[in-house]
Amino acid sequence: MANDPIHQFQLNKLIPLEIGGVDISFTNSSLFMVLTVASATIFMIWATSGRGLIPTRMQSLAEMSYEFVAGLLRDSAGSDGMRFFPMVFSLFMFVLFANLFGMIPFFFTVTSHIIITFALSMFVIGTVVVYGFYKHGFKFLGLFVPQGIPGLLMPLVVAIEIISFISRPISLSVRLFANMLAGHITLKVFAGFVATLTGAGALGIGGAILPLAMTVALTGLEFLVAFLQAYVFTVLTCMYLNDALHPNH
Amino acid sequence: MKKSDIKTSDVSKSLDDRLATLDEKLETREKIEEAKKQKPKSDMSGFGAGLKLSSEFISAILVGAGIGYLIDRLVGTLPWGMIFFLLLGFAAGVVNVMRAAGKMSDPYQSGPSMPRHKKDSQHQKGQDDLYDDDED
Repeated sequence: MANDPIHQFQLNKLIPLEIGGVDISFTNSSLFMVLTVASATIFMIWATSGRGLIPTRMQSLAEMSYEFVAGLLRDSAGSDGMRFFPMVFSLFMFVLFANLFGMIPFFFTVTSHIIITFALSMFVIGTVVVYGFYKHGFKFLGLFVPQGIPGLLMPLVVAIEIISFISRPISLSVRLFANMLAGHITLKVFAGFVATLTGAGALGIGGAILPLAMTVALTGLEFLVAFLQAYVFTVLTCMYLNDALHPNH
Repeated sequence: MKKSDIKTSDVSKSLDDRLATLDEKLETREKIEEAKKQKPKSDMSGFGAGLKLSSEFISAILVGAGIGYLIDRLVGTLPWGMIFFLLLGFAAGVVNVMRAAGKMSDPYQSGPSMPRHKKDSQHQKGQDDLYDDDED
């Protein structure tokens, strides 16, 4: 099924495992998660091993990614947000490497499965809630009470704010997952057109130029989306962490 | 006749006046240049912006419906909780979308600066100035 655009997202059990009735098989998704983590780690360790005053190309790449994430976090959560830097940086590198791995032909896109992105965003929101209560106690609930609202409207507004808060991990995960899924399907569909049209004789080969050009353009766009979504995920993580650090405004 | 007119008016204008008009001209030109710079940024991620706003809206509705359903299951008032919280979910969805589009102040935000606002509102700077929402 070369033309099946969904086929690329199928999970295959590489090493079937089952413990206590729970299926914890090592799948192709797990394999690529391991690859993502390993390559991100190796990249950072190798790039920073020289520790030159004048950075090499790789070292300046690593420094750039550090500065980028540190700047984002400092901008949105203040300098006391830097205690979350290891977590935010790991999240950024994981999502970025997973997205970029997905761009290599025949590779599996880890972030195109909603359970992965949902787990990541629940981790973020869980950190926000736990840290918020740990740091501020019940004052953290002041997050749901905007100032300057007349008393009569208060229950309604608080309910809306709570729903809005709970919807955050869902929109955070759906955004990353939907972008990756939709992008890869579109790419596959247009690439499929090329294959189908070239099979339809001379006229088809002429017609195949259009989807081919589209595929090339979409590939570029997908690289952009891969980076942009990692960026968006990181920015929103920083903003939510800011709520945990400063719930009273 | 005309030439001399222009000359005298030029001379009669003080240097300050001429500097002021020059400043104005430069400002308008800078604005145009900035707008040119910012345009491609908003264009390239139109698809992304659409996905982002729709996910904000839909997730709030789903959460509202889910909460309503759970309350109904617990209390046993089947249609009413779901109806009420679904409507609240719609309201929260609108709030989410307006916040994400930078058209409403975000009561959560108290950090030094807001990169999300900056990034999101690049293509609608004019509107942002009108609403003047993120001056903490």
